[in-house]
Amino acid sequence: MSDTMSDTTAVPEIRPREAARPPGPAPRGLTEHALAQLTLTRFREFLREPEALFWVFIFPILLAAGLGLAFRNRPADVLKIATVTPELARSLRQDKLLDVQQLSTPAAEEALRTGKVALLAEPGADGAVLYRYDNTNPEGRTARMLADRAVQRAAGRVDPVASSDRLMREPGSRYIDFLIPGLLGMNLMGSAIWGMGFAIVDARRRKLMKRLIATPMPRHYYLLSFLLSRLVMLVIEVSFLLGFGIFVFKVPMRGSLPDLAVLCVVTSLSFGALGLLIASRARTIEAASGLMNLVMMPMWIVSGVFFSAQRFPDMLQPVIKALPLTAAIDALRANMLQGAGLAQVSSQLIVLAAWLVVCFPVALKLFRWR
Amino acid sequence: MPASTPTAALRVRNLRKTFKDVVAVDGLDLEVRTGECFGLLGPNGAGKTTTIEICEGLTEPDSGDVELLGMRWSSHAAELRQRLGIQLQETQLADKVTVIETIRLFRSFFRHGPAPSEVIALVQLEEKMNSRVGGLSGGQKQRLALACALVGDPDFLFLDEPTTGLDPQARRQLWELIERFKLQGRTILLTTHYMDEAEHLCERVAIMDHGKTIAQGTPRELIASIGVEHMVEFSAGGAAKALEITALRRMEGVRDVRAENGTVQMQVTELHRAVPALLDELERQGVPLTELRTHSATLEDVFVTLTGRHLRDE
Repeated sequence: MSDTMSDTTAVPEIRPREAARPPGPAPRGLTEHALAQLTLTRFREFLREPEALFWVFIFPILLAAGLGLAFRNRPADVLKIATVTPELARSLRQDKLLDVQQLSTPAAEEALRTGKVALLAEPGADGAVLYRYDNTNPEGRTARMLADRAVQRAAGRVDPVASSDRLMREPGSRYIDFLIPGLLGMNLMGSAIWGMGFAIVDARRRKLMKRLIATPMPRHYYLLSFLLSRLVMLVIEVSFLLGFGIFVFKVPMRGSLPDLAVLCVVTSLSFGALGLLIASRARTIEAASGLMNLVMMPMWIVSGVFFSAQRFPDMLQPVIKALPLTAAIDALRANMLQGAGLAQVSSQLIVLAAWLVVCFPVALKLFRWR
Repeated sequence: MPASTPTAALRVRNLRKTFKDVVAVDGLDLEVRTGECFGLLGPNGAGKTTTIEICEGLTEPDSGDVELLGMRWSSHAAELRQRLGIQLQETQLADKVTVIETIRLFRSFFRHGPAPSEVIALVQLEEKMNSRVGGLSGGQKQRLALACALVGDPDFLFLDEPTTGLDPQARRQLWELIERFKLQGRTILLTTHYMDEAEHLCERVAIMDHGKTIAQGTPRELIASIGVEHMVEFSAGGAAKALEITALRRMEGVRDVRAENGTVQMQVTELHRAVPALLDELERQGVPLTELRTHSATLEDVFVTLTGRHLRDE
């Protein structure tokens, strides 16, 4: 103010209304602070958009539920086999893992040919048994072993070594355990990029952003408000998806929760910066969504959301590992499934931090305010 | 140094701005006095919005000088932002947010200003206080935009086409509001392509065309400057022979005659002499009169006289 005073002495009548003003800013509550108001506005806009709520909260859970059901571990399958004589059928039925059908010879041959049964057991010459099956099919080979064991035992064979089984079905090695951290990473990426991208481009298209910069609003508050609302939303999103995984599928949480929180925040900031970069210049929703898909689509495929990223050729691995979603998912899986600490996922954290440090300043540099 | 009054709230000198190969503002000078409502009048594309956005510090001029409230954008941007109220053309505020929430947001950016509920009362939106912006009518949205410009109790108010697209009733309502702020001693710069709006609201106007001001003064001065008090318009359709325009020009009290699309427009200094003379002349030529209108000269006529075009041609 002080440097403007000299101007006003030269032009004294310029501010006749100034005298009525209080000398300093009036004391104001926290919620009247510009940053709080901007963040609140972000929340209101988000929560009043039913579609956004669906994509962020409901969709990942539907996806997890659907895939969890489809790939759930079933009890060991019973193998279907066929035979043609009642004697053989009786011997074979001694094994609980075999589902034995006694058929006429033509019907049995037809069933074998069409794959309805994995193996056909026929009496051969001199009390021998003939197994007909496809030895390139694992089910056929297993059926051959089980059927032969049943036949030999029925004929009086005694195993020379006694053996027993202890079964283990360990949580953490199932597909759903693999999937939940993948979906979590995908969700953090999607909501950061979509959440920032669409809101920013929409505000620019409506000239709302231009209207805001015509006020004394500090520009960095505007960008900070996105970050703050993202972090609060993060807590809700993550607890929603993880809560679902834990209560419905008993997904293990072997790592420490504070570590997991750090990973989620770093991931979110990193994707937030990427989202900001994507939205920094686009003027239309169409242009922005094209860019977002271009950036996210490859990562959905190669970063190991639904299947391991190791399946891609070794040559591509360094590139895949440098992608932020790969780093995020690897770190989340290590935390949740192996109980890894932050030190053990430091390489992934470095990748995420690098994306943040590169994208954020570039986005600010390129950002179009109008 | 041009002699300028010490009470200038806004002084613009030799402003230039080019977008690619289009010259939007071409050496413009303006002076807005403290406490007055100044109108920038001109057709679409005359450079009004570019000019006002340069004054608002939103667009960088190629050259020229803008002095606002004794300050310049290069040195006092933060201070200026606190003291300006700005309404932009075609801003769409967030649809999902309510009126009061929008005002609270804008209020939070300013150090001083009235309480949000006071501003809402000022623009008569009390009933819509808790409605979402998306559900407001065009006039209500425009009043909300005005409220957003007033939350910081500004010394200088910029209004860019505040009533464009509104129905006549909503325009009248907005005019009343703007007149009330004038009484509080605020300086206002508004752009419009409605001449009646400028005549109604503005103490002084500048008429802009092709990036320059072609006339500046009070509406009364500008109208007087064309030396015409009245306009006579008539149609002489269905005539067997063409009208002799030159004969009309020679009549007493007639300044100028224009004919376009079957309508003839005459600029007239003395209506009581010109109209009987016109009727006599038409009878002499044997041309039947199908329509006759007269009105006092307006800013529109000033624009037509200066440029040969109508304000809303473009």
